[in-house]
Amino acid sequence: MSHHLVEVKDLEYVYPDGHRALEGVSFRITHGEAVGIVGANGAGKSTLLLHLIGALFPKVGSVRVGDLPVVKETLPQIRRSVGMVFQDPDDQLFMPTVGEDVAFGPLNQGLPRLEVEQRVVQALETVGALHLKDRPPYRLSGGEKRTIAIATVLAMAPDILVMDEPSAALDPASRRKLVTLLAGFKHTKIIASHDLDLILDLCERTIVLSKGRILADGPTLEIFSDEDLLKWSNLEKPFRMQGCPVCGQKL
Amino acid sequence: MADLAAAWYNLKFFDELAGRNSVIHRIHPVSKLLTTLAYVVCVVSFGKYEVLPLLPLILYPVVLIILADLPPGELFKRLLPAAPFALAVGIFNPVFDRTPLLDCGGFILTGGWLSFASIMFRFILTVLAALILIATSGINEVGLALLQLKLPRVFVTQLLLLYRYLNILIEETARTVRAYTLRSPREKGVRFQAWGSLAGQLLLRTMDRAGRIYQAMRCRGFNGEIRLYHNRPLRLADCLYFGCWSLFFGIVRYFDLPGWLGRVLMGVGR
Repeated sequence: MSHHLVEVKDLEYVYPDGHRALEGVSFRITHGEAVGIVGANGAGKSTLLLHLIGALFPKVGSVRVGDLPVVKETLPQIRRSVGMVFQDPDDQLFMPTVGEDVAFGPLNQGLPRLEVEQRVVQALETVGALHLKDRPPYRLSGGEKRTIAIATVLAMAPDILVMDEPSAALDPASRRKLVTLLAGFKHTKIIASHDLDLILDLCERTIVLSKGRILADGPTLEIFSDEDLLKWSNLEKPFRMQGCPVCGQKL
Repeated sequence: MADLAAAWYNLKFFDELAGRNSVIHRIHPVSKLLTTLAYVVCVVSFGKYEVLPLLPLILYPVVLIILADLPPGELFKRLLPAAPFALAVGIFNPVFDRTPLLDCGGFILTGGWLSFASIMFRFILTVLAALILIATSGINEVGLALLQLKLPRVFVTQLLLLYRYLNILIEETARTVRAYTLRSPREKGVRFQAWGSLAGQLLLRTMDRAGRIYQAMRCRGFNGEIRLYHNRPLRLADCLYFGCWSLFFGIVRYFDLPGWLGRVLMGVGR
């Protein structure tokens, strides 16, 4: 069985305060797929992602990554296989220099020093940020921080990339760079975002969440063309699929 | 707000200094840590009335500041927050210890004043040495040195995490106070009645943020043990650094260099 496979079955999660965040969520993501998770605020996107990395465990149902169920005992293997890029890169960058931050994961994997150095250089080269290696992360721009956050995950050579709002708070040019970068990755990608244009660019499949349930799961273009579904889920068509803002002409 | 920004800048300031690449920065952190400890022990081992014999020890921070290209003014500024503690320890010495020790043309120098000067001088030398250690190694390398000196791993991890929590605390405090100030433009500082809720908010926010950072660390394989990138072996130059400085500290401690120099000069003068 492929390590890149993600399978969620009847997932249900209730927060300690009684809030039911996920209910009956089931899907299967196969090797190399890029899947967008979209939905209104509070739809359960982040909660779902946290289950994929074993930061939360289901009350009911199961999550499997490759051959392994996501349970406490398998967390080291799961986290080697699934790389998570968090919404706020400041939460992910905590070492004094970019190089040390990128090395953090490989060092924890117990890799020899030479291998760690190779991984650091390789990851930074992949994201085009080798020149930032000795810079302190807090001195970087928002776009650079996001890029480095991705490099910190790439350095661990994950099979699956999970990203929570990767384009949040990025200027248009940085966002475009990020889209180009992510489009070049061959990993299985799971991206939760409100940026539907980004999902349209990167994901051939989209899962729509609403109030903790899956409303739709299918080809991105098909989902984004369904105006009723989008309206029901508090979403709007991606800007590229909307009419011209000047003449109002439908595309 | 300005104070908080300054506190945050102070923490980052040392991280940035530690990121430089001078001959002192390249010395192994274990060697630098042991040298600093030897220096501190040497400085505090002098008697309470001994000020002049301490003078040659100024050479250590001066040499390091020059070789590591550290900004002396900025380092001295960072001595100030700790100065009240030293002042509190020595301020009553001139009151209680009135033993006359020296008559300088009618001015009687009492033991109290001399011991007060000695405390303040030793405070400056020891704290400056510690600041130079952090400025030339960084907190992570100091942590690495402590690990290599076989200090308990739990202790070192706690120290490093505390340092990071300090960063979070300052950042979150700055944000919270900014939000407060923007909605209370007529107030100077935070109103006393709001302290409680603000502190509570701050605790919850920093815990939340620390939780997210911890989660990100766990996702990258953190299992309670901090592994550091710069793990280089101890070289001969590192041992020589420690050996030479220790020899110098030993000579200063057991031979009264200023007294000897004075006697030599007086002899030449005669």
